[in-house]
Amino acid sequence: MEQLQKTWVYLSAQPLFHLTLTLAAFQVGLFLYRRSGSFALVNPVLIAVALIVGFLVLTGTDYGTYFQGAQFVHFLLGPATVALAIPIFRQFSRVRHSWKAMLASLVAGSVAASLCAIAIGWAMGAGMATIASLAPKSITTPVAMAVSEQIGGLPSLTSVFVIATGIIGAMAGPWLLDRLGVKDAAARGVAIGTASHGIGAARAIEESEAAGAFAGLAMGVNALLTAILLPLVWVWLTK
Amino acid sequence: MLFYLTLIFACQLAGELIVGILAVPVPGPVAGMVIMLGVLGLLRRVPQDLGAIAQTLLGHLSLLFVPAAVGVMLHFRLIGGEWAAMSVAVLVSTLVGIAVTGAVMMVLGRRDAPSAPQSSRPGED
Repeated sequence: MEQLQKTWVYLSAQPLFHLTLTLAAFQVGLFLYRRSGSFALVNPVLIAVALIVGFLVLTGTDYGTYFQGAQFVHFLLGPATVALAIPIFRQFSRVRHSWKAMLASLVAGSVAASLCAIAIGWAMGAGMATIASLAPKSITTPVAMAVSEQIGGLPSLTSVFVIATGIIGAMAGPWLLDRLGVKDAAARGVAIGTASHGIGAARAIEESEAAGAFAGLAMGVNALLTAILLPLVWVWLTK
Repeated sequence: MLFYLTLIFACQLAGELIVGILAVPVPGPVAGMVIMLGVLGLLRRVPQDLGAIAQTLLGHLSLLFVPAAVGVMLHFRLIGGEWAAMSVAVLVSTLVGIAVTGAVMMVLGRRDAPSAPQSSRPGED
């Protein structure tokens, strides 16, 4: 028992332990997600985060210690963001014919979603850190977290908002578009991809190949535009 | 394979450098993504090995943001105090975003593409 205690003290201070914990918790999340038939609400990241946070709280481990191990996974976010250029480039050639309409609707929807989130947060008395964390919530998590950090938000809070946004978009998006009479696959894909990034795009692919391609491209372009424009608009908004 | 992995890291590094030197408020990796888009534009195609590496990195993209997302444990008090504003803002803004994008695209698409591709599988609707 004493040996176990000693070994635990040693291992829990090693990066290997929390790195393995991160991978294992995500595997559990992925397993449950697949078991549920890819149901959006059973999000693997949310499950992994809940398991890890629960474990850290129970063992009295602070986030800094955890991150010592988890940073090896975290580091790959940067290269993965660069790699997003590859699907964007591929999809662009597939949907080239309607890029004007796509760009216009994407900008309109992206600005509307962001301003709406900022306005509601502000009207309901949220603090600046929360509002800044809400502003980039429509775009894909790695870019959203980077933008959030840039404008004074909390990247971890943003990641939760982004995932919630994706789940809402994937679940309510097709229904809402039916209500509005938006039938065209391109329009549906762009709408879901712009407003709810990868989680929404995964749902759009289930509708049709075309909707999926448009959703994937919309998600990429929105991430790019938001990352470039939001920090500039933010400076002006908070002046 | 290693060459394209190096290229990805080099794009990110170049992005971080450019952003730092120009002092523009754009995340370095996003600048790296733009550089990579430029490289692909010059090549006019995606080399097979580059595609394979991107597939590996992006196939498990959601795993990569778990460590940062666990950071919410630092903000329990903030969430406890502002959860109502957060929930309403996320829910409403998502629906507004989808509605606006879909509506604008529907209106513009009608005018923009008179020869919009019809469903090749009639009778499925």
